[in-house]
Amino acid sequence: MIAGSTFLDTLRFIPHHAGLLLDKTGETAELSFAALGVALAIALPIGLWLGHKHRGLFFALGVSTLGRALPTVALIAFFLPLLGIGLWNNLAALVVLGVPPILTNAYFAVEGVEADAVEAARGMGLTELQILARVELPLGLPLLLAGLRIAAVFVIATATIAGIFGGGGLGEIIGDQGSYRLSGVLAASLFVAALALLTALAIAAVQRAAYRRMSPST
Amino acid sequence: MSRLAAGPIIPSFSQGSSCERNNGWFCTDWLHQHWGDTLQPALVQHVELTVIAVGVGFGISFLLALAGFRFRLFDLPIGVFADLLYTIPSLALFQLLVPLTGLTVTTVEVALISYTLFILYRNIVAGLRAVPDEVLESARGMGLTRLQTFIRVELPLAVPALMAGLRIATVSTVSIATVAAFVIPEGLGEPIFTGLQEDLFKTEILAAGLLAVALALGADLLLVLLARALTPWSRLT
Amino acid sequence: MPSEAAELVFDEATKRYPDREDAAVDRLSLTVPAGEICVLVGPSGGGKTTALKLVNRLIPLSSGDIRIDGVSILEHDLTELRRSIGYVIQQVGLFPHYTVEGNIGVVPRLYGESRSWIKARSAELLELVGLDQSYARRFPAQLSGGERQRVGLARALAANPPLMLMDEPFGAIDPIVRARLQDEFLRLHRDVRKTVVFVTHDVDEAIKIGDRIAILREGGVLAQYDTPARILEHPVDDFVADFVGRDRALKALALRTLDELELAPAGAAEDGLPRLPAETSLRDALALLVAERKDALVVTDADGTPRGTVTREDLLG
Repeated sequence: MIAGSTFLDTLRFIPHHAGLLLDKTGETAELSFAALGVALAIALPIGLWLGHKHRGLFFALGVSTLGRALPTVALIAFFLPLLGIGLWNNLAALVVLGVPPILTNAYFAVEGVEADAVEAARGMGLTELQILARVELPLGLPLLLAGLRIAAVFVIATATIAGIFGGGGLGEIIGDQGSYRLSGVLAASLFVAALALLTALAIAAVQRAAYRRMSPST
Repeated sequence: MSRLAAGPIIPSFSQGSSCERNNGWFCTDWLHQHWGDTLQPALVQHVELTVIAVGVGFGISFLLALAGFRFRLFDLPIGVFADLLYTIPSLALFQLLVPLTGLTVTTVEVALISYTLFILYRNIVAGLRAVPDEVLESARGMGLTRLQTFIRVELPLAVPALMAGLRIATVSTVSIATVAAFVIPEGLGEPIFTGLQEDLFKTEILAAGLLAVALALGADLLLVLLARALTPWSRLT
Repeated sequence: MPSEAAELVFDEATKRYPDREDAAVDRLSLTVPAGEICVLVGPSGGGKTTALKLVNRLIPLSSGDIRIDGVSILEHDLTELRRSIGYVIQQVGLFPHYTVEGNIGVVPRLYGESRSWIKARSAELLELVGLDQSYARRFPAQLSGGERQRVGLARALAANPPLMLMDEPFGAIDPIVRARLQDEFLRLHRDVRKTVVFVTHDVDEAIKIGDRIAILREGGVLAQYDTPARILEHPVDDFVADFVGRDRALKALALRTLDELELAPAGAAEDGLPRLPAETSLRDALALLVAERKDALVVTDADGTPRGTVTREDLLG
């Protein structure tokens, strides 16, 4: 069986090239988190404001479907001729993929907050911005974080693919079996899976804390 | 074992029209010439990859959802498992499966199917659980058995949530299936890779990418229409 | 398919929950004669809904027995028992994915009735509950609250059950529509004569609807079981008197009509007295005398022919 020996090779590759793997993981993480940051900066205000105004339902739904429909590979390929091989191309593609889940979930997080709570806040004289910040945002936080988690999973998965097109990071190893051999490719795959899982778990932990704060009984 | 070529992408000079030679944004003559030998087969393969993945994924999710719905004990572990699978980046999952199942359609399908579980499982369970208490009480009060209640009440009322899940799963699968070209020369990812390797031939990349988007949106629309046909009662509120 | 009205007997029926000291229903014994409406009423915690759900075994009995036409509910097959009892709840619980006709047909279909039979039965029941035939093809989402409850009632009647259980059926409906539904339900009951157990927390509704009223106090203990008139006129204790209200004398007057009084022959003195038809309630008659500051009135036939006179003292008995 080749599979057995391959995994053994992979297990041996990891300690021998720990430094390389960690460096490349760092690169993938950097690219991903940078893209998530930009996506948040773009998507959050739009989603929150539309949700607060209860406007743009079809826009939010459309963005979400379109975001899922965009084939990541084609997107990276599409930006290549525009931005050239390297950081900017990849960042642009990742941001485009990160925006939809954050925007849609921010929209529904705020839109779905009980109308009574919002009306009570308005009745007590809170400004619209205060209502958003003190009532809708805290109440919608779990759903918003769920969107961020999906975006993070999307972005890390795509950042890996981007590595093949000069984006650096673990994708570079995965895409270069000639230099790193199968054991290297598999080791890098394991590392990127771990990166995605840890990121998702971290966001999920925040999400759970937010849930628990809202309903201490459960 | 991977299909990925090592080293830099080597330009290959095409011998087609001036548009092709200058690598224009969208060369319609190339499209005419290569629809039959490149894009159409890729599209058909892509549809096959998607239909099999969503079909099998739905079957598995449905059985898991029955278990998770009937026995709450199973719900959390199944949900977490599906969540974990979904989190693994597609490229990594493909590569990790290659030593087990080789450079085959099986590898691609196993990965695609595992991504559908996350969405379908949760939606089906949520749909089954969303039946209002008073509807269940009246069903019980009228003497429907547990099985009759499931088949006549819970299952049909779960259809909207189930169809919503199917839409998300299908659109996502169409998109992710382009990554399958890393493993096998099939689907719309293949022309994209070819385009990349042939000195970033934009027409081919764009055409295949747009086809994938169109396929996803078209499938989504079909499922919306199907959902409306299946649930005449839910259009009224 | 079931048919005529059945006699319902609670025999020391008791429900206890393991985690609670007090019983939810405590040795409830009463008999509902076939074809009568028995209203269970009382404060929350009185176990009236629990008592109702014991009958179709949505809640299992802890001890005692309940018999329908002499047969213990425990001897019936569970689903058969439930199919043979009409069940109406406050939130109605119509199946959202079935049309009105489909909802009415749920239990008949379980009995294997044909499509055409169900269609005909649905038409008949829509008529009975006062809904136009065009409603047959509608979905519950297209109905108002009152219309939904009418369909709920039609659905419960579909298989012609000898016994109906109704759990605050009009509780979620606004007062004007509720009064109309109550009237129509009473009219409908005169036609179909089912045995009905009806739960409400509203004393006035109980007095209006019930042939007999069972008042349950906290801990599920039966305080009094009697006709509305006797409960109003002779409450057994302070709890019942308090529960039916300080205005119970007036409520009692509402139950009787001028018809039931002995009239003095109409004479010359009737000039200037108010005139009322014989089916007017004593309460309305008294209200008129108070409003017009008169001491007597003339009772007439429906066509206005005088029958005789009554005084204010006659009204108050």
